[in-house]
Amino acid sequence: MALKREDGRKASDLRPMQAKVGVVPNADGSAIFTFGDTIAIAAVYGPKQLHPQHMQDPSTGILRCNYDLLSFSVSDRKKPGPSRRSQELSKMTQWALEPALDLEGFPNTVIDVEVQIIQADAGTRTAGINAAALALAHAGVPMRNLVCAVAIGKLDKDIVVDLDKSEEDFEGGEGPTDFPVAKLANTDQYTLLQLDGKIQPERVKEVLSFADESCAKIYEIQKKALKEALGE
Amino acid sequence: MIAKVTEAHEAPEISSESEESIVKKRRVVVPGEIIVSGEDYLPSEGTRREGMNILASRFGLAEESGRVVKVIPVTGTFIPRKNNVVIGRVTNITFNGWVVDIDSASSGFLPIDESPRFINKNEMDQFLAIGEVVAAKIWSINTRGIDLTLKSKGLGKLEGGFTFRIIPNRVPRVIGREGSMIMLIKEKTGCDITVGQNGWIWIKGQNLDDQIRARKAIEFVAEKFHVEGLTDKMEEWFEKN
Repeated sequence: MALKREDGRKASDLRPMQAKVGVVPNADGSAIFTFGDTIAIAAVYGPKQLHPQHMQDPSTGILRCNYDLLSFSVSDRKKPGPSRRSQELSKMTQWALEPALDLEGFPNTVIDVEVQIIQADAGTRTAGINAAALALAHAGVPMRNLVCAVAIGKLDKDIVVDLDKSEEDFEGGEGPTDFPVAKLANTDQYTLLQLDGKIQPERVKEVLSFADESCAKIYEIQKKALKEALGE
Repeated sequence: MIAKVTEAHEAPEISSESEESIVKKRRVVVPGEIIVSGEDYLPSEGTRREGMNILASRFGLAEESGRVVKVIPVTGTFIPRKNNVVIGRVTNITFNGWVVDIDSASSGFLPIDESPRFINKNEMDQFLAIGEVVAAKIWSINTRGIDLTLKSKGLGKLEGGFTFRIIPNRVPRVIGREGSMIMLIKEKTGCDITVGQNGWIWIKGQNLDDQIRARKAIEFVAEKFHVEGLTDKMEEWFEKN
């Protein structure tokens, strides 16, 4: 491989991951998930009555996500409150998680998912989705499967897994490409594909095989976190 | 008023002491995990069939009893069921009943006809005022909401003492097999305790120390819900505390 990664990782190496559930005592389910220096906390509330009433769906419960970078999570203080970026990522998180849920048993209700990034070093949306999937499972919500997410990147011509901030700002050659992927664990059903940068269409398959391999690793971490919560 | 746990005893018990012969040991499963493979098994609550496999649909403890496979939930919100005894707080008084917050997705409604004695419609707040706590039984669940009743033993307004909340799925453990656990706690602390299936617990005792001791004991049980032979552990706990 031509490119050497700054932190000595191989192309297919993820940053060290940690996961724990039950970190927010007042929530119905909660989890923390870290990718290296990126730390996401997710809290789940519900199913609960949905207001305003016109949003209620009598055929199924709905999912509502809110993603936010906390002001101290980045090196230049971020102005607190919703922004264009956070609204977009809230929607992305929601769409990535919705296919995994089975909310038909809870008509007219809502499940609120709050994702907060307390430290950001690239890959915040994927860390957020991983934390949110864990928190939903911890809240006892009926799910088809867990959701695993990872950002695949391309630095010049090399495809690498789980970019950090310094790699995301890489300059030279074809430039950096960020390709976040989320999928239902143990299946080949993808719930999120985004692309920021440039990639040759024929190389997308390569990206997906890297994603599959990484998601399998993430799934093991998630599974372990949930099992540890019950002392197994 | 003497508070009893009445119907709450009938709730399924999370304890592997029962039916040891046919129940295999429980294990923790995550959503999407394969519990067993084979055509012979029947998926029950919290599971689904996909081809040859039975998968978990939610996080919890998987249990096989004979051919039936189910997942016992350990976290999450209260799902109301018929005949559950719940504790709630009155949030509104309408012309024909009380609206009671029972800590679930939809609030409960207690019609005036379901009170144990005749109540004048102009004096409803003298029987139950807004903010007061009541133990009631769910007698029907329909698309419009949850209907409550007070026409059963041990139900009614809860006066004095205090209420607190535990995770609703841990309630069967707090009650114990045929009420063994709650009886032990009542006996050791001398408090009146009512346990709602929605996770709300009301305690009233002779003095504050007893009440706090009872609360700590219940929280200990809720914390150690996955430990086997908890009633014995509880007796040890009472000797130390």
